[in-house]
Amino acid sequence: MKRKRSFNTALLTTILASVGAILIGLFIGYLLLLATKSEYAFWGLRKILTVGISDPKKFAKVLYQAMPLICTGLSVAFAFKTGLFNIGATGQYTVGAFFALFAGIQLQLPWYVAIVFAMIGGAIWGSIPGICKALFNVNEVITSIMFNWIGVFAVNMAFQNFPMLVVDYWGKSSVRDRTPALADANPNAILPKLGLDELMNSNLVNIGIFIAVIIAVIIWVILQKTTFGYEIKACGYNRDASRYAGISAKRNIILSFTIAGALAGLGGGLYYLSGTGQYTFLKTLLAAGFNGIPVALLANSHPIGVIASALFISYIQVGGDALQPRFVRENIDIIIGVIIYVSAFALLLKIWFGKLFMRQSLAASSMKDDGPIQTPQKGSMNSNEKEEKQQ
Amino acid sequence: MIIGDILSATLIFAVPLMLVALGGMFSERSGIVNIALEGIMIVGALAASLFLRYVDDMGYNPDYTQLYVLASILIAGIVGIIYSQLLAFASIKLKADQVISGTALNMLAPALAVVVTWNIQGTAQTTVLIPSWVRISQESLGIAGDNILIRFLFKSLFLTTPIAFILLLVSIFFLYHTKTGLRLRACGEHPQAADSVGVNVYRMRYLGVGISGFFAGIGGIAYTLAAGSGFTSTVAGYGFLALAVMIFGNWKPVNILFASFFFAFFRIISFYSNSLTFLPTFDNLASSEYIYLIMPYLVTMIILVLTSKRSRAPKAEGIPYDKGRR
Repeated sequence: MKRKRSFNTALLTTILASVGAILIGLFIGYLLLLATKSEYAFWGLRKILTVGISDPKKFAKVLYQAMPLICTGLSVAFAFKTGLFNIGATGQYTVGAFFALFAGIQLQLPWYVAIVFAMIGGAIWGSIPGICKALFNVNEVITSIMFNWIGVFAVNMAFQNFPMLVVDYWGKSSVRDRTPALADANPNAILPKLGLDELMNSNLVNIGIFIAVIIAVIIWVILQKTTFGYEIKACGYNRDASRYAGISAKRNIILSFTIAGALAGLGGGLYYLSGTGQYTFLKTLLAAGFNGIPVALLANSHPIGVIASALFISYIQVGGDALQPRFVRENIDIIIGVIIYVSAFALLLKIWFGKLFMRQSLAASSMKDDGPIQTPQKGSMNSNEKEEKQQ
Repeated sequence: MIIGDILSATLIFAVPLMLVALGGMFSERSGIVNIALEGIMIVGALAASLFLRYVDDMGYNPDYTQLYVLASILIAGIVGIIYSQLLAFASIKLKADQVISGTALNMLAPALAVVVTWNIQGTAQTTVLIPSWVRISQESLGIAGDNILIRFLFKSLFLTTPIAFILLLVSIFFLYHTKTGLRLRACGEHPQAADSVGVNVYRMRYLGVGISGFFAGIGGIAYTLAAGSGFTSTVAGYGFLALAVMIFGNWKPVNILFASFFFAFFRIISFYSNSLTFLPTFDNLASSEYIYLIMPYLVTMIILVLTSKRSRAPKAEGIPYDKGRR
């Protein structure tokens, strides 16, 4: 009985800490709106919070932007589970996008093969920081940052060395600063829409979002139900202890980073195989990879939580677009920034909430003898208990 | 003359790298990983360029132009200190993950800059133009002539360049020849030992992060002046590059000086790669300028891997100091 309650409290406090971080972020965002154009501040807040579901078209956009965010969020979260910080998701995302478009356009392969290419590309890029960390003990954060830039530059150069991958080859445009639209280059490489486009009146939505969700579930199963997942987490909790238990930390670091890279690469693949965005050759890093970090933090690195937090981040971003031109959309980035800043010391919030709950549940048990409250959820809790024993 | 131009451009881009890398060095030597350098550069540059813009709009005394620049540099440094204290507060007081709170500050800064400029300068006007009088010209110092040395010095000289070298000397002196410098280094190597002889580890770490904020803020305006097209809410990854410079320089001031020139040189070579005849042209490769852009990162990686055994990274960096823990 005691064990059940502690598990539930832990989950609840985790969720509450995230919600707390979100509320603080939104509150500061609101203050910012008040400070800049106070008469429209409430209008702005309402826009941020409601536009995402105001009509199917907007909701389609939420799903469309959430799709790569789920992947990069999973990527960061998976590395976190091994105690590694994957700040290189944006590089892996870019390389994944290149591999996907290379398969789709240069090799004229269908979308499902292009997706696999994307994952391979991301995995290669992700494995490098993993190898450097495991074999040479070079800090993975530094390696990832370096390989973000190397990735962007290498990808830009690679694109421009394959004439088919530049838009002017296809005759629709004379510029050379982006990749061609997939509709011209290879319609087979576009992710199927399964009629979702007509349902939501938007060409942004496709099966990519389902792929992302399925992958999230698979990652959850791997982490929660397999020996490999257990080893990964053990490495994250205490590397020395896990080595003592016979787990190869080196192997797990490399594998974890490779999988994280594959996930981020998948995000890039899904986004650019949607057929709605063309990759532009810019000398800057793509924000999509960096936004995986708040997604993972907000979800406390839980794969299923990542789905929710990616949807949330995408949702307020769509809301932020509706603020223009009265407010600048970067207000949303400030909100997201504040949310990560706060969740960086979420541990503190968690302890704080935990204390609050302890006190409450103590008070409740002393009053009610704790029987009736627990019974309704018995089935689900038994499985939780099993999980804990397994670990 | 192109050699003079290249050397001059190298110098002017090496300055922000060196400043920011020195800043990062102080923070890491005190035990705090400061990945927020990029963000601090942005807020510093934002404040300083808004100040310069304001002076230009209000009317300025042509005799005192460099005094205004000096004031803007101080403003950049002070704003950098203030912003860096957000990192210090989270990672020292609240014992948060330093890399994550640094990342948060990096995401916050460009957004903040866009919001501020948008609100000050009006809708969609997010570029803060830098007035042309900030440059130190050859004429203003009364020097005539045109040779490699003069080109090197005066092609694009700003007050940030001499100040950066003064700060470099001050850093060396502070770090190796003062009591506080020694204590700061001790906090990055073995905070428990430092604490046991009465050093206030928390205060030293606040100081380290504060210095890094000062340097990075100045580095931000130095970069903006060097870039020449005004402040556009970004420093184009120079904060991250500076981290690489710091590691490449093995957390030592003099090595950082050389490392920053090395990085800046490759950066500039990539701009000039088409007009330099002695460079390999990679005829069968399109857009070969990217090779030169990749080079500094790749060389750093190779060096990091090769020297990982001898890396002199501060031992306690990244670990929150807890008095109760042994």
